Parts: sequence; structure tokens; C-alpha cells
Amino acid sequence: MAKILAVDDSASMRQMVSFTLKGAGFDVVEASDGVDALGKAKGDKFDLVISDVNMPNMDGLTLVGELRKLGDFKFIPILLLTTESSMEKKKEGKAAGATGWIVKPFNPDQLLKTVNKVLG
Amino acid sequence: MSIDISQFLDTFYEESFEGLDIMESELLNLDVGEADEEVINTIFRAAHSIKGGSGTFGLNAVADYTHVMETLLDEMRSGQREVTQNAVDVLLRSVDVLRSMLLSLKDNEELNHDTITKTHEELKILLRGENNSSKPTVSDNAETRTAPQEKTSGWTITFKPNADMLQTGNDPVRIIRELDSLGDISVEVNTDQLPELELIDPELSYLSWTIKVSGDVEEGDIRECFEWVEDECELSITADKVESTSIAKSDVAAPVSVPAADERREGDRRKGDRRTSAKSTSKKSAESSSIRVNIDKVDDLINMVGELVITQSMLSQIGDSEEFDNAALERLNDGLTQLEQHTRELQESVMRIRMMPISFAFQRFPRLVHDLSSQLDKKIELVLTGESTELDKTVMEKIGDPLVHLVRNSLDHGIETPQVRLENGKSETGTIELNAFHQGGNIVIEIKDDGAGLNHERILAKGIENGIITTEDKLTHDQINDLIFAPGFSTAEVVSDVSGRGVGMDVVRRNIRALGGTVDVKSEAGVGSVFTIRLPLTLAILDGQLIRVGKETYIVPLISIIESLQVNPEMISSVTGAADVYKLRDDYIPIVRLYDIFGIEADTTDISESLLVVVENEGKKIAICVDELLGQQQVVIKSLETNLKQIDGLSGATILGNGTVALILDISGVMQLYQYSGKTSAVTGQPKIIAA
Amino acid sequence: MAEAAQQSTEQIEVNDSEEDMNEFLTFMLAGEEYGVDILRVLEIKGWDDVTSLPNMPDYIRGVINLRGTIVPIIDLRRRFGLKILEYGPTTVVIVLRVQSRGHADRTMGIVVDGVSDVYQVKTENVKKSPDFGTAVDTEFVRGMATVEEKMVVILNIDHMLNSNELSTVDSLSND
Repeated sequence: MAKILAVDDSASMRQMVSFTLKGAGFDVVEASDGVDALGKAKGDKFDLVISDVNMPNMDGLTLVGELRKLGDFKFIPILLLTTESSMEKKKEGKAAGATGWIVKPFNPDQLLKTVNKVLG
Repeated sequence: MSIDISQFLDTFYEESFEGLDIMESELLNLDVGEADEEVINTIFRAAHSIKGGSGTFGLNAVADYTHVMETLLDEMRSGQREVTQNAVDVLLRSVDVLRSMLLSLKDNEELNHDTITKTHEELKILLRGENNSSKPTVSDNAETRTAPQEKTSGWTITFKPNADMLQTGNDPVRIIRELDSLGDISVEVNTDQLPELELIDPELSYLSWTIKVSGDVEEGDIRECFEWVEDECELSITADKVESTSIAKSDVAAPVSVPAADERREGDRRKGDRRTSAKSTSKKSAESSSIRVNIDKVDDLINMVGELVITQSMLSQIGDSEEFDNAALERLNDGLTQLEQHTRELQESVMRIRMMPISFAFQRFPRLVHDLSSQLDKKIELVLTGESTELDKTVMEKIGDPLVHLVRNSLDHGIETPQVRLENGKSETGTIELNAFHQGGNIVIEIKDDGAGLNHERILAKGIENGIITTEDKLTHDQINDLIFAPGFSTAEVVSDVSGRGVGMDVVRRNIRALGGTVDVKSEAGVGSVFTIRLPLTLAILDGQLIRVGKETYIVPLISIIESLQVNPEMISSVTGAADVYKLRDDYIPIVRLYDIFGIEADTTDISESLLVVVENEGKKIAICVDELLGQQQVVIKSLETNLKQIDGLSGATILGNGTVALILDISGVMQLYQYSGKTSAVTGQPKIIAA
Repeated sequence: MAEAAQQSTEQIEVNDSEEDMNEFLTFMLAGEEYGVDILRVLEIKGWDDVTSLPNMPDYIRGVINLRGTIVPIIDLRRRFGLKILEYGPTTVVIVLRVQSRGHADRTMGIVVDGVSDVYQVKTENVKKSPDFGTAVDTEFVRGMATVEEKMVVILNIDHMLNSNELSTVDSLSND
């Protein structure tokens, strides 16, 4: 069973992502910001990371950069949840090492489709 | 799979209201002109989250509305837009509108489209007017594909990943598999760049592919497969049929120049998202993480802890017994000490779940003072201290309205207009201080202003006019001040728009009293007033003094007790047919025979043989006659209403260490019972107890 | 007597349960046998001291601690205006669940002379009470049942113990 790290400072978004993925049979670990996520990533292995961009403490872009520095996360797909309006943020995300993005707003089906695409 | 996303709505509303509170307080924090980047960032993040969530959860009106706010804030944080007072005001109004929108949606009520449209327009004008940044915004779902969509028999794709593409987690195989799902494909791999085996770096990509997709496939769908890697590869997509227009052909045949394509796809979306750095620094206190605990569960826990407290009391009684040998007694005592400690720790940690910093109640005041001072043309500085002082969530929720009333009152009646202040040699700007601190088992909240102070002449005149006092009454300074809490009392000469409106200080006092608290005022003419609220930290536990009258045991809240004393018969003055009073230093205190008003039998009816417990409630004192003072202990308050009803003179009951029930006295209720017994009127030199 | 009672009564509302059987716990009070719906009985305990409440009608004896909740105890003899009797070894407290409109269920105890028996009674055998033949105000009576040649008064405990009654009863209690 693939294991996914879901990072969002908004509890409702986090719940939705987590609920959707768990319902599809994934193992989900939740984190509420970049610092929390980095702590949970260290010493654990994930098949995919899904992270919000705008978060307090450590934002999604910094998180991607930090994760890529960890051996276990060098080639792991990392998806950013971003709003359509911030194309530059997407580019910044790519520059930081993100695999791709999921555009907000999205519904559970779209989320699952993208996740399945990445995880094969 | 279909998931009902409405199940996340409650969480969304809750966090959105928190976000709005943060936006509001941070907007009030903003220094116009030289705005702190981190503050704007915090505001932006809150708006951004609300927008993202509302879009996801299908609240499109909210998403639309927030989008404009977010854009505005984004331009502010990237330095493209100046932070003007006007912008802050409009944003503050938008926060209000957004809050009411969310409230309406939450309660399934109609949205007030007029105000929404009005402030939305204000925001848009702001966005257009003060900045030349492009056109108004587009709604969120306008995902448009501007790439030409032609019918072809198929596509030829050359795809050459950059060497380091793998390091963003993108696997070429995944992309090819995705293409495969669009139509029939044939794939040719080009291994020209592949080095000798021993030279291969497994982290790099050396291959390139030529892929032919046949069938009725749109270019957009193909492009979508490469969406995430456009920057990390050389890519060309060519239509197999050459009939498409030359423009389209040249457009798509060349290796795609990505930034241009992005601009196009983004259409007229704003271009402002230029964050200077990705770093994010520490946050403000308002963002401190919070827990959400179902209050019912917490109440259950508190009950359990209550039982534990009772057990501990029971054990204490065994420990008090003398029929043990010394060693056993010692062991028992050790155990008891430990149990007591554990009990206390558990109790404290459980209570802490319900405790919240008073900043939750304070946070609305910067806005309130900001709005009201401009409305009243007064200059007022608000000073908040002790915001981290904690109190019970229930108490917090109920103290909000009384606090607002008192602050409004200080703004309206306390602080003078700038001219008057200058004439009186004061600084133009008045100060209102909100201060909270713990004292004993209570939280004390002070509302202090440096305004005009209470006007005694006017209070006395009003009191006489309303029949609360008579011209003969000789009142002390504090007693005059206390009159403002009498029912129906209002000193404002003109009932102003701000306070007044029929709700008087008596309601404030009644609400605070309902929480087991007190409120009083100290004031000095020309210097200012201080309202002091004292509240129990929690409504579940009380520090009590156990007293005995006859065979009944009662509990007097420790907070009300001033002193307990042996009766000196010379200090009693009895008047036939009227109440006995006790002279205590300069005070004459009515003696209340609890056995009379409760209809029970005491050991003695001779006051000189009993003890007096002097208690105070809102500035009024009585001395309660008791037969014996027992110990003091913390008791868990149990309701009498659960299985019976509210009983005059009692605030509840508790269970003692021996398992029996003891009743908790409600001092203000006892005072009322005493007053109804009709004995106070003849007390000379003593103001009547003013009933609420 | 049973015959006479039956002639002068009519059937009260019929419960549609499968067997149409009701179970009643019966107790003695001044020589008469009374029944309460056994589904409402939470427990039966001996009389123990209570903590009396100020300014309450005398039939409210006070409150006890029942596993952490405060439960009022009502003396049924006083409630019905019967002759007051010293509590003895058979005196018991029957703890009941009481329903009332606009309030969560309450728990209350009633003091009676002694517990008698448990009977199963066909619903159709619970007859509306006549206006005479019982010492108790008919207001509190749900019906009469004849069991093994004995007459049992089935009480309406909700009516008897509801909050309105308790809060307005001061005038009634002084007789």
C-alpha cells in the first residue's frame, strides 16, 4: 500500500485530501505545515508527498527543497496544491524540485486521478 | 468513487472564522505606509486559505469574493501596491462581509447580495484604480485552453528529457503511459546519448523518445501529459496531417517556448505573484495551534476527575482515624500524599483542556475601538495586557458581551472629546486599558479609562428620580458608584447610539453574576474609572468553606468570604421587629439567620453563641449565623436542576468525602431571600440591598 | 368488588405490543398496592439519610448521592396526603426515570412502605380508574388492574413527579 504524506495548514483541506486518499486505500500521514512535514518525513519513507504552498512556519516551496535534500526523497514525486492563479508559483515549485501540481479548487475525483497517474 | 465533501464544511467554517479573526487583528496592526511584510503575509495566507477552501467546497460566491481580496493583498506583499488607509478600511469591511457570508451559508440563510456586491465593487475599484495592474479579475474556474484544437489523424512527439528531470520525481515512463491512455501509440527510443555502462549516472536521464499517437486526440490532452515537465525537456508536438493553418503549425511545431505558452494559457490573469523569497519566518501568537475538543467529552472527564477527588477525600478520612498501628498509618499517609498529588495533577491537566487565553475575548476590541472612536470623533489608544491569561472556554464565551458593553461604555461615557481633554490639561488621546490576570482561583479583568470619571451628582439625582435611593440616604463614595449597576439606571444624558439602547449596567452585572463572578467600579472625577470583573476560572469546581447549621452542612464559596468571627455580644444591635446588625469596625452588617430563611433547626438561636461568617457580594455584606466552621475544600459543582429544579439560595450541590450531599450557598440568592423576609428596611444608616 | 369495578370502568388506551403485556413493579403504601411500569425502575434501595433542601414542600425529603448524581427523594405518603408513618426496616426507595416535556429525563426516588411483587398484566386488563375506591387523587392514577383477585393501582409517575407539579405544589402540600 502506497504511503502518502499530506501537508496543509488548513484542517478542512487536509481532512478532505486525507479522507479521499484513505478511502482509495492509501496510507496517509497528515502534517499541518512544512516544519511538521519535514519532521514526519525524516526517518520515514513515503511514496508521494502532497503539499499546500502557502503555509505558516515553512511554506511548500521550502519544504520541497528540504525534502529533496533527504536521500529518501530525492526521486519521490512531490505534488503541490496550488491555485490556478499563481502560475509563477508553479514555476517556483518546479524550480524548487516539485514533480507537479494539483490546481485548486479540485474535487476528490481529480485528486485521485492525479495521484493514480503519478503512482502508476 | 464519490465522496461527499460537505462533511468537511464544518471544519472549513471554523478555520475560516479563525482566519477572518486573524485578518482583522492583523489589518488593525498594519502600519499604513510602511507595512511589515510578515504581517501582510499572514493576512494574505488567511485570505488565500479561505479562497482555496471555498472553491474546493463549492462555495463559489465566497471564492469569487475572496479572490479579489487575495489579489489585492498579493500585490501589497510583493510591494507592487502601497498599503493605504483606504485599502485597509475596505479590506476590514470585506472581512466583515465575508464573515457574514460564511455565517449565512453555514446557517443556510440567504446571502445579503447588496452588501456583498457593494464591498466587492469597492475592492475591484481599489484594485483597478490605485494600480494600473491589468483588468478586473476572472472567476476561478476559467480554465481555458487557448492552444489550437484541430482534428488530425495523429501526432508525432519528440520528447527529450533534460538530464536531471528525474530529480523532480518525474518519470518519463509515467508520461508515456499516460499518452498510451489517450490513443494508440508507437514509441521509438533514442539511445544515442547513452554512455558506456560504467559511466552511467543512475540519477540522470540519457534517453529520448519519438512517440506517434494515432486516433482522434486533441493537442491539449497531449500537452497536459507534459504539463509538469515543459521546463525540463525538449518537446515538439507535430500534427500528422498538414492541412492545419500555417500559423497553428508553426506555433506547435517548434520546440515549445514555455514561458510564452504560460502567459497565453493564463490569459488575463494577474501577473503579480512575484515572491522575493520562499523563506517563511516565524508566526504571530494568533496562529498558535489550537485543539478542538468536544465539550461533552471534556465534561465527562471533569466528572471522572470529580469522582477521583471524592475518593481522595474518603481516603483522607481513613487516614484521620486513630485505630491504625503506626507503620500502617505511615504507609497510608504516604499513599495518600501521592494520591492527592496525582489527583491534583490530573485535575489540573484536564481543566487545562478547557482553558483558553483571554486574547480570544480581547481580539475584537482593537476593531471596536477603531470603529467607535472615529464614529464618536474621539482619539483613543487601546492598551491590552495579560492577553495570555487563561480561563475556561465557557466563561470566555459568556464574558464577551459584558466586556463589549463595558468597553463601549468607557469609550462613550468615559473618554472625553479631544477638545474637552485639552481644556482639562489632559493629552488629546484618551487611553483605555484592558488587563487580565490571575488572582487566587479567579481571573480578574480590568477595564480602565483615563476619562472623566463617574459624575456623582448626576448619579445621585438619577437614583432619587428612579426611586432607587431617597434624599435621606447617606451613601459612601463607593456606594454611589455602585448605583450605576442598579436596574434601569442610565446616566447618559442623551441615549447615544453607541451605548445606552436600553441595556444597562444592571444586565452586565446580572450576566457576570450568573457566571459566579462580581463586577464593581472605582472612579475618580477627572481622573478616570476602573471596572473590575472577577470570575471563577471555571464553572465546574469551587473553593469552598464548609459550615454547619444544625445537622446540615453547607458550602460557602471562599471567594465571597471576608472573615469569620466569634460573636462579641456588645457589637450586636437588635431592634424589635427589625433585623439585628453587627458592628464590625465602621460597618453595620445585617445578621442573617440561615436557619430562619431556610426553615431548618440550628443548635442555638442565640446569636451570641454562634459564629458569624461575613460574606460580600457586589459591595453588600451580610453576616451569616452558623453553628460551626468545618474545613475548607475544593468541591465539584453538581447541578440540582438536572433532576429537580433551581432552588433559591443555592447554586448547586456537591458530594462530600463521606458520600453525602452538601448544598452550595448562592450568596446573592441568600441576600434576596433575606430581603424578602422583610427585615432590611429598618436597618438604620444602611442602604437597601439592591436586588437585580 | 372486582366485578363491580369492571362494570364501572372502561378500557383505556391499548398498547400495540406483540403480547399486549405490561410488567409492573408493585409496592405497598398504607395497605394498598400500587404499581409502576417496570421499565421505568432504575433501582430499589433501602432508606438512607438525605440532605434536606430549604423551602421545599415536605414531601420532598431531600437529595441523595446516587453514584455521583444528585437525586431528589419524594415521600409518597406525604405526596398523596396519607398518614405519615415512621420509616421502618421494610421502607424502601424506588428510583425511577421520569419523563417531562421540555426537559431531559429526570431521576427521582420515591419512598414507599415496602416492595411487593412484579406482575405481568395484559394491557386490556388495565382499566380506567373509577372516581372512587382509591385513597389517591385520581390525577396520579393511570388505571386499575386486577391481579390474582387483588386490585392494583397503576400510577402515572410522570404526572405525579413532573416539574410543574413540583414547582407549584407548595399550596397543596400543607394539608
